[in-house]
Amino acid sequence: MADIVIDRVVKEFGSFRALQEVSLTVNDGEFVALLGPSGCGKTTLLRIIAGLETQTSGRVVIGGQDVSDLAPRKRGLAMVFQNYAVFPHMTVFENVAFGLRMQKASQADVKRKVERAAALLHIESYLDRYPAKLSGGQRQRVAVARALAVEPAVLLMDEPLSNLDALLRLEMRTELKAVLREAGTTTIYVTHDQTEAMGLADRIAVMYGGKIDQIGSPLEIYATPATRFVGGFIGSPPMNFIKVACSGGTARIGEAALPCPMAGKDLELGLRGEDAALSPNGSGIPFDVRVVEPMGSHLLLTGAIDGQLARIVAPPTAKVNAGERVGLNVDPSRVTWIDGSTGRAIARA
Amino acid sequence: MTTTAADLTSPAKNRAMALPSARRLLLWTGLAVLIAWVLVPIYLVALGAFGGRLGVFRWPKSIWPSDLSFAAMSQFLAIEGVFNALLNSLIAAGLTVVFSIALGAPAGYALARYTFRGQNAYRLLVLLTRAFPLAILALPLTVSFIRLGLYDTPFGVSLIHTVLALPFAALVTQSLFMGIPREYEEAAWVFGCTRFQAFIKVILPLALPGLAATAIFAFVISWNEVFAASILTVRERTLTAYLLRILAESPLHYRFAGGFILIIPSVLFIFAVRRYLFAVWGIASK
Repeated sequence: MADIVIDRVVKEFGSFRALQEVSLTVNDGEFVALLGPSGCGKTTLLRIIAGLETQTSGRVVIGGQDVSDLAPRKRGLAMVFQNYAVFPHMTVFENVAFGLRMQKASQADVKRKVERAAALLHIESYLDRYPAKLSGGQRQRVAVARALAVEPAVLLMDEPLSNLDALLRLEMRTELKAVLREAGTTTIYVTHDQTEAMGLADRIAVMYGGKIDQIGSPLEIYATPATRFVGGFIGSPPMNFIKVACSGGTARIGEAALPCPMAGKDLELGLRGEDAALSPNGSGIPFDVRVVEPMGSHLLLTGAIDGQLARIVAPPTAKVNAGERVGLNVDPSRVTWIDGSTGRAIARA
Repeated sequence: MTTTAADLTSPAKNRAMALPSARRLLLWTGLAVLIAWVLVPIYLVALGAFGGRLGVFRWPKSIWPSDLSFAAMSQFLAIEGVFNALLNSLIAAGLTVVFSIALGAPAGYALARYTFRGQNAYRLLVLLTRAFPLAILALPLTVSFIRLGLYDTPFGVSLIHTVLALPFAALVTQSLFMGIPREYEEAAWVFGCTRFQAFIKVILPLALPGLAATAIFAFVISWNEVFAASILTVRERTLTAYLLRILAESPLHYRFAGGFILIIPSVLFIFAVRRYLFAVWGIASK
């Protein structure tokens, strides 16, 4: 078990700056997800931690030891790759045993640990098969078992579920969470899928443009995004951003008034679709409904607030028709105010 | 509306059903022609080699040899120097295989895995070694080989054959290593391998089929090469060079025997590594 400190790590590919002074601390036994769109540098950061890529500057410290210049094999970690990288010329048993064999573990030790990892991932029944005979989900399990068999201090995962179909992904996600909780390994998990990150992680680091925009628990990140990007990236539908004029501490949209912070001229109201409730009498923020999509669990309303695109989630039984104007009640404590010029959220009072 | 749709689909369906059998016929015809193209000459050579002195001149040829005899073959093998030449050929071809793989595979690996300055120029340069005709190089080579004490040795011949096989080996192994995902290697590094260990434990087993194919081509290039071998040897000739000299004055059935012996090792070698070849071409063989 070990904690990970990433200290002002910079990575440049030629003139392109893939990572700009990223710092991150992962506590012992914690599960941190690196979440971001493709090209945000999350995989690069993971590969730097693994030692597969060399940082341009900065340090990586694992369990108190500076591993910045160490080869991958000396960092005491294990990794699950996006395409699993299960060795095709070895049986499942030998794949899972690979790390242990490299550590020169005794035969009895190898057998015991492989069997334990196999039991954990439910792959005991095909230990003597070759990976070519396995399905994607089974290979995925082998890859995780191989990583857990060495009882690593740190487990790195690079989009391990992205190659599975939707149903299997959900199943593996649940299972992964249970298995990793049991193992208690410090884990860094790269994904572009917000539901994966929200479901699995203790904390999420949202990355954008080579830096970390926000680190926090899934609920924190969801409810109080630190930037416009985080609000727009997380949540389905994404957060709505409505430009409003604020004067004297009050923002007026139609007849509705919301208390607003004084800072900044371009003020944007960040509003989660499910934080707005349809008012029974049409009062509140006016919302022109253009499209109504019944999603089963809820109605997704797409329309405009003050001429700006917005998506609102309504209860499935609500009676709303396209072309109608409805009123929205908004709890002022649930909204986020964004300074439009910087894209950053304004700190709550 | 529905009738027109049905009218439109039915001829298409018929054609779709007719196609596979026609295609299969074409496939089998093609296969038969290809097999005949390779096997008929070999069979005729074998017929000449084992059909005895008279069988060679008999016309029309019988499909089955009437008087099977190993006389020509054993007499041919008894000719002084044939066995020695055979040995020289095997040594030269074997060394060529070893050198081409030992030098070509690392070059191919470097080309596949690393980006370095002048990579494309290097790739071109590797091929460029084939641009110089051997005939022009023959005389200076002979002189240098005499000076270095390499003249008239199978080792010297294998060096030249390696030059011929090396560009091929480097470029084939390059695409071979490119075809092996980098993640396999990275996984090996993460799980405790040094770069060298990762290569031995993970990359090499996966590359083996392709390396076998490369070895075959190096072997065949050396085995079949006659020009350099004739120039660079006098007494220690390789089989091709030796046969070229003696067979010009031999009876026809001896020539067939010689030709047949030239074919055998290549066939045996390909047979020995066929499992890897098939694996590389994606054909399952059990």
